[in-house]
Amino acid sequence: MLCRVADSLFWMSRYLERAENQARFIDVTSDIALGYRGSEDVLWSSLLHAGGDVEYFQERYSRPTRGNVIDYLLFNRDNLNSVLSCLTAARENARSVRENLTTPMWEAVNRFYLRVRQAAGQSQQIITQPHPFLDQIKRSAHQVLGVTEATWSQGEAWQFSRLGYQLERADKTSRILDVKYFLLKPGAAGAGSELDVVQWASLLESTGALQMYRRVFGRIQPVNVVDFLVLNPDFPRSLRFCTRRVLESLRAISGNTSLEPVNRAERLAGEVLQELEATRAGDLLERGLHEFVDRYQTHLNEIGGAVSETFFRLTAFSGT
Amino acid sequence: MAAGVSNYDELLTSEGLPRHAALSECLSALSGEVLAERQRHAEEELLEKGITFAVYGHNDGHEKIWPFDVVPRPIPWDEWIMIEAGLRQRIRALNLFLDDVYGPGRILREGVVPASLVKTAKTYRRECEGFRPPGGVWTHVVGTDLVRHSDGTIYVLEDNLRCPSGVSYVLENREIMKRVLPEVFSGSTIASIEDYPERLLGALLKTAPAGCDRPTAVVLTPGMYNSAYFEHSFLAQQMGIELVTGPDLYVDGHDTVWMKTTQGPRRVDVIYRRIDDDFLDPEVFRPDSMLGVPGLMRAYRAGRVTLANAPGTGVADDKAVYQYVPAIIRYYLGEEAILKNVPTYLCSEPDQCRYVLENLDKLVVKPTNESGGYGILMGPTASVEERQRCAEQVRRDPRNYIAQPMLTLSTVPTVINGRLAPRHVDLRPFILYGDDVFVLPGGLTRVALREGSMIVNSSQGGGSKDTWVLLSETPFTRLQEQTAGGVSG
Repeated sequence: MLCRVADSLFWMSRYLERAENQARFIDVTSDIALGYRGSEDVLWSSLLHAGGDVEYFQERYSRPTRGNVIDYLLFNRDNLNSVLSCLTAARENARSVRENLTTPMWEAVNRFYLRVRQAAGQSQQIITQPHPFLDQIKRSAHQVLGVTEATWSQGEAWQFSRLGYQLERADKTSRILDVKYFLLKPGAAGAGSELDVVQWASLLESTGALQMYRRVFGRIQPVNVVDFLVLNPDFPRSLRFCTRRVLESLRAISGNTSLEPVNRAERLAGEVLQELEATRAGDLLERGLHEFVDRYQTHLNEIGGAVSETFFRLTAFSGT
Repeated sequence: MAAGVSNYDELLTSEGLPRHAALSECLSALSGEVLAERQRHAEEELLEKGITFAVYGHNDGHEKIWPFDVVPRPIPWDEWIMIEAGLRQRIRALNLFLDDVYGPGRILREGVVPASLVKTAKTYRRECEGFRPPGGVWTHVVGTDLVRHSDGTIYVLEDNLRCPSGVSYVLENREIMKRVLPEVFSGSTIASIEDYPERLLGALLKTAPAGCDRPTAVVLTPGMYNSAYFEHSFLAQQMGIELVTGPDLYVDGHDTVWMKTTQGPRRVDVIYRRIDDDFLDPEVFRPDSMLGVPGLMRAYRAGRVTLANAPGTGVADDKAVYQYVPAIIRYYLGEEAILKNVPTYLCSEPDQCRYVLENLDKLVVKPTNESGGYGILMGPTASVEERQRCAEQVRRDPRNYIAQPMLTLSTVPTVINGRLAPRHVDLRPFILYGDDVFVLPGGLTRVALREGSMIVNSSQGGGSKDTWVLLSETPFTRLQEQTAGGVSG
């Protein structure tokens, strides 16, 4: 397929996934804020930390109040990662490759965008009472995924799209884990001496993992939470699961059936996956979760860069 | 000019009787409220499906939906047969003309069409001289604009031989129509149009360069900010071929065109290009073009790639050359033109120019080389200053202007504020030319939504309607309105 098209499909999916994660993070934080004893500003600014948005936010808003943070994450047009910006970008990408999508897929993306754009026109109302809108975002995102699975041939285009959202998902799960763990780990400044079960449960919930976690581990233990979100082989948002899908897509795209990687992206993804498969949660915490996540994110960025270089860059042809 | 005495309505006779009983019956069974509601429903669908066009100079998100009116425009079968034959004849003759003009030049030497007129057309491409495209097909896709005047006669207003757009709306309008107003279909059998993408693909593949076993065709678009981007993407999707932009392609040292894919270069044999000649190849035409492909004309002239439509076709839809089309048909085919031309005054001819300048208040003045309704003076409704400005422009560059009498376009009832009111329409049928000429039954009906207005362009407040070629109904009896007379102002 055309390099430009692959590039756009990859980013379309990434932006849609990003919007969904954003909605889920806000939703869970709103829940916790009800009856929360500590500083609400600290709670809400943790979302800014997760997105790496603190400085940018401070230039535009006075304080990280609930209203300001929600406005920034949902509707701020300067924030390239706000839900509105994500949907605008996803839809622009979709529009530029519309002939490659099935009609139901395009319509699902377009409807999603129209709903968000309409909501942006009544932002104050939505900030006051965000739940129905956040639910709608999640449902719309799932609808795109559903109609994609149901109508799209699982060829190269599908692989590039999946590559995009799996990388994005891995990135978001690792970020939220990093930030929340920093706030909640035993002995941290904001955390009580007792295990804050509600907060830990909320971390799981913000990745949609609580129910599935319960079925595996039952009670909440920090080490098990880390185990589940990082190493679980079956949960669709764990780092290991996402990384494996990334590698599968890369190998499918290059048609590689051998054991050896045929390009840099494959080699990097293979190394990361190998490490995840050989690691135990306890060791991970001992060596430092933050350092681990930092390194993992660097790897994800490198994989993204390698994908772009191998498949999207048009300069590869310029010598002709 | 407002719905006057002599207005021709496509649904009602001058006595107010229905021309198409079944259709009128279905429509009259629907209340204004229902029609207005279906109308809203149709517009919501257009928005959700993202069937939009871009308006240049408009900031609000660039995209607009193109208003769709739910009342169809019928064309009786026996009349359609005449239109179809007329269009086939015209397309065959114009392709022979292009072949001749860029080839031996017989028609120019014999003075049937003045050589000076052809060679001074802005759209005449010296680069195409001596080149003959595969099969002698220059115009793979044409959208000819037809109008019916108050005398009941159908006239050709202009031939669009370059990159005519609108066919995607023809196809989408039919889809929307089936969903929002299924009941009006009852009692009428309508010619189907759904096979257009298949036929377009056929026409493209059949004109591939000789020796291509399994040719690869693509659609070349200027990009998604072009006003017709929806159509480019729609046609690529419907044909199942790649939609490419200029930077997706390159031409190698052996004059071969390739597209850049994730699996490496892939050869391209046929390009349905929706980019104007001027922007096609910066090495040959406008050097500042970012939209085109350097070397494309080299590949084209080497016979390594087919461009559809061929470069240079614009000379045959020049509005001054238009006047000679009946002569062109006679010259190549030995037939009289089936479809009439609108009487046209060429400002390049001193006598005719004088007449135009003396009668600006009665005429429509058009630049010879513009499309989209830009630069047109509607004499009878223009202000004195507008007419003066136009006269200056005509004097400065007479070759660039023609004038025609003001036609009164026929009307079709249209939903306006919840009730039916007559609005003026035109018709753009689409014609494909691969190994044979195919005319898509019906075409795009554009409607001027403002009362009394005759400007149907999408960029200037026009909407569109589904067009029905009626295969079966009570046989249409040709009405007395159809007279042989010329056009009165």
